[in-house]
Amino acid sequence: MTAVPISYYLVLSAVLFGLGVVAFVFKRNIITIFMAIELMLNAVNLAFVAFARAHNQLDGLVFVFFVIVVAAAEAAVGLAIVITIVQNRESLNIERINLLKF
Amino acid sequence: MSLPFILFFVFAFIAVMGAVLLILAHEPIHSALALILVMVSLAVLYLLLGAEFIAAVQIIVYAGAIMVLFVFVIMLLNAGVEERTNWSKIAKYAGLPLGIFLLLELAHFLARSGAGATTANGPGASNAAFSTRALSELLFQKYLFPFEATSILILIAILGALVLAKKDS
Repeated sequence: MTAVPISYYLVLSAVLFGLGVVAFVFKRNIITIFMAIELMLNAVNLAFVAFARAHNQLDGLVFVFFVIVVAAAEAAVGLAIVITIVQNRESLNIERINLLKF
Repeated sequence: MSLPFILFFVFAFIAVMGAVLLILAHEPIHSALALILVMVSLAVLYLLLGAEFIAAVQIIVYAGAIMVLFVFVIMLLNAGVEERTNWSKIAKYAGLPLGIFLLLELAHFLARSGAGATTANGPGASNAAFSTRALSELLFQKYLFPFEATSILILIAILGALVLAKKDS
């Protein structure tokens, strides 16, 4: 039984990251943009695990663990910010959140 | 085609389809469900790579906790169909080509890199699962300080979320 080559996982990771970037650029809903960030983090995690497997090192998995922890903290704070913005602006559209826009 | 290949291609396809659905969906709740699909299929891929602990954490923390938080906020804010606005010129003419360019470039470099070989240590070592015991020993010895630092981080995140979300008195 042959294992799947590591490069396949890396290409999948790159594709998912690229789709996450496209979603980040094109979506107009602030919650969906947050989800695009989570998608990119997931793609990076996949690359970490694939490289950990390629080099047979466990350190990559520990790093994935930390990425997941930071993602959880980021989601909690980020969604609290979203709730505050929506209470103030009454819109989820990022076009209307332009206070800091140049 | 052996079983790992079939599993890989099936779940890689599901993951990519989920990501495309996330982009194409008009309602945030559909995007959230598509993202859960991506996360679950990624958990299967982690199992395929032998990272059982990470697969379990992926399901419990990502698909469980974080996405429930997202769905909860979507319900709370009553987020409906995404408002269509005119895209800025930069997003229209630079966003899509640059996104595709980044995707192709990443795929090209990764496919060409030295990791293209099956594994560094031969097929015998590669099929064995990473042991969770060894992972925990690494986490609680070599990476003990970062691990404790993350607990402070989580605490600060809780406080920050509370301060941001509370009503002004």
